[in-house]
Amino acid sequence: MATMATTAVQTSSVGVPLRITLQRVERRRKLRAFGLVLPLLLFIVIAFVMPIGRMMFDAVHDDTLLVLMPKTTAALSVWDGKDLPDESAYAALAGDLKEAWSQKTAGRIGERMNYELSGVASEVKSSARKASMLSAGPYKAAMIDISSIWGQREVWSLLKRGRSAYTAFYLLRSADFQYGPESQIVASPPENAIFRDIFLRTLGISIGVTAATLLLGFPLAYLLATLPARTSNLLMMAILTSFFTSVLVRTTAWVVLLQDHGLINETLMALHILSQPAELIFNRFGTVLAMTHIQLPFTLLPIYSVMKSISPSHVRAARSLGAGPFYAFWKVYFPQTLPGIAAGCLLTFILCLGYYITPALVGGPGDMMVSNFVATYTNEQLNWGMASALGAILLTATLLLYFVFNKLVGLDQIRMG
Amino acid sequence: MDLRPGLKKPQGGDCPLVGGVPVATHAPGSLKQTCVNDAFVKFSGIQKTYDGETLVVKNLNLDIAQGEFLTMLGPSGSGKTTTLMMLAGFEVPTQGSILLGGRSIGGMPPHKRDIGMVFQNYALFPHMTVEENLAFPLKVRKLGKPEIEVRVKRALDMVRLGVQSKRRPGQLSGGQQQRVALARALVFEPNLVLMDEPLGALDKQLREEMQLEIKHIHDNLGITVVYVTHDQGEALTMSDRIAVFNDGVIQQLATPAELYERPQNPFVAQFIGENNRLNGKVIALNGTTCTVEIPGAGNVQALAVNVEMVGRPTVLSLRPERVKLNPTPGSLPNVFSARVAEVIYLGDHVRVRMSVGGRDDFVVKLSNSEGVAHVEPGAAMTVGWRAEDCRALAAS
Ligand SMILES: Nc1ncnc2c1ncn2[C@@H]1O[C@H](COP(=O)(O)OP(=O)(O)O)[C@@H](O)[C@H]1O
Ligand SMILES: [Mg+2]
Repeated sequence: MATMATTAVQTSSVGVPLRITLQRVERRRKLRAFGLVLPLLLFIVIAFVMPIGRMMFDAVHDDTLLVLMPKTTAALSVWDGKDLPDESAYAALAGDLKEAWSQKTAGRIGERMNYELSGVASEVKSSARKASMLSAGPYKAAMIDISSIWGQREVWSLLKRGRSAYTAFYLLRSADFQYGPESQIVASPPENAIFRDIFLRTLGISIGVTAATLLLGFPLAYLLATLPARTSNLLMMAILTSFFTSVLVRTTAWVVLLQDHGLINETLMALHILSQPAELIFNRFGTVLAMTHIQLPFTLLPIYSVMKSISPSHVRAARSLGAGPFYAFWKVYFPQTLPGIAAGCLLTFILCLGYYITPALVGGPGDMMVSNFVATYTNEQLNWGMASALGAILLTATLLLYFVFNKLVGLDQIRMG
Repeated sequence: MDLRPGLKKPQGGDCPLVGGVPVATHAPGSLKQTCVNDAFVKFSGIQKTYDGETLVVKNLNLDIAQGEFLTMLGPSGSGKTTTLMMLAGFEVPTQGSILLGGRSIGGMPPHKRDIGMVFQNYALFPHMTVEENLAFPLKVRKLGKPEIEVRVKRALDMVRLGVQSKRRPGQLSGGQQQRVALARALVFEPNLVLMDEPLGALDKQLREEMQLEIKHIHDNLGITVVYVTHDQGEALTMSDRIAVFNDGVIQQLATPAELYERPQNPFVAQFIGENNRLNGKVIALNGTTCTVEIPGAGNVQALAVNVEMVGRPTVLSLRPERVKLNPTPGSLPNVFSARVAEVIYLGDHVRVRMSVGGRDDFVVKLSNSEGVAHVEPGAAMTVGWRAEDCRALAAS
């Protein structure tokens, strides 16, 4: 019997092989599970994967010149870049500009060129207007006569780079590099080289806020986890109330408190501790303070929930084994809170990297973070390329940090609760 | 095996030496209560309340001799853990004092008491390996590295866990974790070890194995153990003496045999072993025995344990295995007619539930060797018992 069972194909009661029956059942189960997550999957794809993919794409993709100046970019494919291009390129340029003038796209061309060579926008526009009045060639001298920019090699280099729909310009600019006159990569001039500072500032503020929330949150979490339930519930309510208040409200509350004629300065001056108002807001101090306030629960809650799960008998055991209160805490309790600390700090740090509203409201010009620039480029300058490049770098840096963190700490070590 | 060659368990039940002179001697097996004057641990007049309203421990007086294995046995919530925690220093008595080795340990913090402790859920440090867990108390005591290594190894060998030393507690089975906890409580060679239901989470077979193992370790090291359990079998197996707790009060403090054979009150009789309770009234007192009237059944001759006077209600306690079926007429003072209600076969013995005197919860235990075939539901027969086996206790 035993050998029969192992050699013969097992069949279920109706004669279908057992393996097939199992597969059918499994398939039905899998389909049902998939059906359940389908709406979420669609939502994530539409609201998350596609916009982010698009943003990453926009960081390196720009076909403005290729589309709007097709003749010029095509004519420049044979240009060696040493001297000015020959007559045929100028003829193509005049043709493209005429077309642009009639299609009213000269403004866009000018703007695009202006990103890389500031000041050329108006020249391009007026050239288009004037070119539309040119009847016949030769065009080279005529164009240079219309605007001196057409006699500059770097302008032609820029147009030649426009042959490709893909450009590294935005990413380079985000790292304080740009293209030189011969399309070589050079450091940005000081007035453009602001982005490394911005990234470092964003990193610094995030680290500072994370550290501050940890310093404030850890003792509070410990208190919450060890107090009797009634008291700790009350405290928790207090923390969550501020958690549930909108970020905007809380940030403006800080403005009310900290401004020159705010509550704190008025009080200190009324008590004659200060003779003139201290600068508490619209600077780094105000930014970090308000962000710390907002982020505190994010750091605290994972630590708290991990602390809740640590059995009080561990510290008791340590005490009974001869450890003093501090030693027992440090060697037995604290190491067990590390997964919570890691989770809370990672959460706060990553959220800080993307902060926008708080620095905008309570920070000074020197406290703007990467997201503020992303917002400016999207909302005011309509420079999608720069916005996307900054966003893409921020996203990549965040993912990178996340993976480094994973290697060092191990995400399976993290416990959110 | 021997962690502390210097300290041997006092042989033959000797009392601890006081100033080098044996205080008293007594035969093995006799009560150690006789040498409580020099108790190693002494609770006197301890009261404890958590909320200021109810006393969780009520006027506890308990002396524990050096080298003794004392078990606190009682139902959940009876105050055993609280008592243990007061001894360990994690709870402060509301009133009374605790002496350890003759010194009051009132204000002494837990880490200065040098008391080993095994917790119910083991309380092993999850972020340390087995080895590090064991080295913890030694590092705290600033022992040298080689010394720590030697001691850790010895302790691991004692509980037969040498090969698992590099693992984390989470990678060990329940029984192995239990052994680690035990080794950790012993590795720094405390004189007193407290255990709070250490075997509660283990399955039956492992529990019985560990009971013997703990007992052997206790015998070999000569340490004093205060053990807490709610399992009477465990208490009977391991202890020198058992303190039966109920409702914050020690109901009886005695050796296992004494406790089983001579329970002093209905609670102890009920809690330790199985027990037939018969409620009645004392109608005559004659020296060590008395006559008790059981309503609906008749008069029973019983041992007068704590009945003060005629007319008082009493509870008779009768062990099921002391009941004889169909005794020879005239051989026993108590004989009643009975009808078998239910027979439960339990392998080595058979439990028979009978109706006697209008009640049908009278239980008789028959050894399987006695030819129990004729006992069938509905069968009529007589049951009888000796006066000494039936203890008249004060009704509570
Ligand atoms: N920390 C505490 N706070 C308040 N009440 C407690 C505390 N610990 C124990 N109790 C109460 O004291 C009583 C005795 O508990 P305990 O000593 O743990 O009993 P046992 O160990 O015998 O089960 C129980 O009613 C329990 O609810
Ligand atoms: Mg308990």
